[in-house]
Amino acid sequence: MISFFKKRKKNFPDFWVQYASKFETKLPTELQKVRFVVLDTETTGFDYDNDRILSIGALNLQNNTIAINQSFEVFLDQHFYHAKNIEIHGIMQEENKERITEIEALMFFLEFIEDSILVAHHAGFDIKMINEALKRHGMPNLKNKVLDTSILYKRTLIKSPLLIPQEQYTLDQLAEKFDISTKDRHTALGDAYITAIAFIKIVEKLKSTKNFSIKKLWR
Amino acid sequence: MKNTISFRVADFIKNYPPFNEIKLKDLEELSQEIKIVYKVKDAVIFDEDEKAHEYFYMVHKGAVALSRNADNEIVDLCDEGDIFGLRPLMANEDYKIGAKAYEESILYAIPISNFKVFTKSREGVSNFLMESFASNTRNPYSVGRKGKLFQESPEISVTPPTNDLLDLQSVNYSKKLVSCPPDATIKAVATNMTKKKVGAMLVLKDKLPSGIITDKDLRNKIATGEFPITARAKDIMSSPVITYPTKMTLAQAQMAMMKSGISHLCLTQDGTPNTEAIGIISKHDIMLELGNNPAVLMKAINRARKFKKIKRIRHSIMSLLKGYLAQNIPLTLISKIITELNDACIKRVINISLNKIDTTPPVKFAWLALGSQGRSEQLLHTDQDNALIFEDVPEDELADTKKYFIELSKRVTKGLHEIGYEYCPAEMMASNPEWCLSLTEWKERTLHWITNPGKDEVLLSSIFFDYNHTYGNQDLVQQLTAHILSTTQKYPIFFVHLASGALQNPSPSGFFRSFLVEEDGAHKDFFDLKRRALMPLVEGARVLVLSNQVKSINNTAERFEKLAEIEPNNQELFLACSYATKALLKFRTKQGLLHNDSGRFISLDTLSKEEKIKLKRTFKTIKELQELLKIRFKVTNLVG
Repeated sequence: MISFFKKRKKNFPDFWVQYASKFETKLPTELQKVRFVVLDTETTGFDYDNDRILSIGALNLQNNTIAINQSFEVFLDQHFYHAKNIEIHGIMQEENKERITEIEALMFFLEFIEDSILVAHHAGFDIKMINEALKRHGMPNLKNKVLDTSILYKRTLIKSPLLIPQEQYTLDQLAEKFDISTKDRHTALGDAYITAIAFIKIVEKLKSTKNFSIKKLWR
Repeated sequence: MKNTISFRVADFIKNYPPFNEIKLKDLEELSQEIKIVYKVKDAVIFDEDEKAHEYFYMVHKGAVALSRNADNEIVDLCDEGDIFGLRPLMANEDYKIGAKAYEESILYAIPISNFKVFTKSREGVSNFLMESFASNTRNPYSVGRKGKLFQESPEISVTPPTNDLLDLQSVNYSKKLVSCPPDATIKAVATNMTKKKVGAMLVLKDKLPSGIITDKDLRNKIATGEFPITARAKDIMSSPVITYPTKMTLAQAQMAMMKSGISHLCLTQDGTPNTEAIGIISKHDIMLELGNNPAVLMKAINRARKFKKIKRIRHSIMSLLKGYLAQNIPLTLISKIITELNDACIKRVINISLNKIDTTPPVKFAWLALGSQGRSEQLLHTDQDNALIFEDVPEDELADTKKYFIELSKRVTKGLHEIGYEYCPAEMMASNPEWCLSLTEWKERTLHWITNPGKDEVLLSSIFFDYNHTYGNQDLVQQLTAHILSTTQKYPIFFVHLASGALQNPSPSGFFRSFLVEEDGAHKDFFDLKRRALMPLVEGARVLVLSNQVKSINNTAERFEKLAEIEPNNQELFLACSYATKALLKFRTKQGLLHNDSGRFISLDTLSKEEKIKLKRTFKTIKELQELLKIRFKVTNLVG
């Protein structure tokens, strides 16, 4: 079984091997040193099989600081373009943006994220979309740890009989609660930025709770 | 790589000096290298004597306090769009002033190496930096008074705050000139003055100031009948206008007004009446600048058109509060004034929100303040607790009507958040559909609480029943109050539950009369002043007042005074309670101002012996009050 995997591994593209090798070292235990990558994808729809990623926005967050020159924004050239998405995302096919192929986007993305901890709002969706794309090109799933702000946020709510938590919180609701401007909503990097600020505020809140440790974030 | 975020950053910084001197294209380049830094409240950005960073900073959101270690006094408060930490940029040295996040803040860290080209190539940039750098590090004479300064027009407050002696502070004048041509009718002049809420109007002829009309002119010349109402502006204006140059200090402006016995100065390009008028400065502007007068602040609140402006006024209200406490003015008086001002701020926020919505409210409504604000006990910024009642409508209109008021409430709560009231963590706000109800729905809701007094219901009613009308229709509120009083009378068992709720807060002192402190959480080893000391008094007063059918007294201290009047046999205890409430409230306020928080949690080792003794004295009163509640409402049977 093990030898089988080793054999397969050799068929992966170099950039995957490079990416996978980053996970050999352990993550730092201090929160300030941990590198988070906050990301968002814009897609043609919500169907994992038939829909495609149109753009990926991601930024680097470390010690509550976002370095703009270390952010990531790519637009993909997709044949499966659905006109209906123009309305939501405002990504026009005609728009004059440099577009790259899916495999290029994945390559740059893996190179960017390395072994960071990924953060996204409704992370399950974005990660699955990316994993599906990886699968199309014969690669396994992402290896990173993933945090979902829509779930983390619920942990910041006070326990009160007067407050009934909602099942789901949208990114707009979080932006409203945390007073974050939504001017760049529905662009991948714009949403990633909103998510990042919300994430920082959520973690700051959780930090003030009893016996907080970085491991608690995964719980 | 230029991206969505770098564009957004460029779009923000381009509005503030020195960046407004730089081409947008260059800013977009520069923005790519900027770092966005988030700081929690009280987090240090750099310390005095710390090695210089490779960045200087701009406040994007929040506020940053600059201070020296020696006296820990705030030298300057930087707001959105202000820059700080310029020393490494200007003079290759370590920091001489420390910077700390005064509120939770988002900062832009601008790399000095990338910025330096602009200081060399653009004169405007380097001049601005030189000026603000020099003023930020000049002698600290006005340190103590600085916090009381208040800038009248945030739109034009781009000049960085300086540390000059107060009187040498240059004046902020309003650039939005309210003016009229010489042949404007008096009616048009008066209408416009009323609309713009100003006391004077400039009469301009070919952009040059030819006269000025003040309230006084209207009174002395029109109301007396000296001139008919059909007269023109030029007939009654005072002329020639006394003009001054824009570069003028507060002291000079005051002197100029005194010398000529006038209340408004016209500022022109070169200071003579022969150049274009640029601004006008009134006595009011100067008073505001000097800033610690409730009447002036009140006027400023009512003139504010933006939330941001109110936020600034609230800074001044806080310094006013500090001043009052330092002068040991009785708390009853302090809280009356501060509550009035806070109330006016909230009213103004509602007004602004109403103006922002295109349609007028479909029916009458009232905005209620709940909790401490409802009891007029809120001196510091705390959470907002509020609710809304609207007039009954036919059933088929209920959904739409409610939708309107929730939309309105969302704007109001957002506005309140912007001026410094945190959102209520339990969502007890009018923007929550549960707290935005028609009169009938509120009657049903309160009836349910009173007749089914479970734990939650008692908690809900205890928060809600201290409501106070802040805005809108009084009648709706009175109807609800009448309903609640008559219902509680029919279901006396409710009082027993309310009283038992009041007894559930843990006692403030332990067996050996030591303070009981929190055992875990973020405030471990702190004394919870609100929960252990103030709440038992507040809740005791509430149940006693309700059971005595006393209407419309919400303030806890006043409630006890009223109770002392109603029950002469308990007079001594109730007066002691009233005193204890005031003492604790004052104590909390002082603590809050000291630490720039709500003052709720107190670290015992920072208290002096005298303060501890004073606190413990109030605990005795609390204990006696709790005994009285137990006996009167026979609570023991319930809690067991």
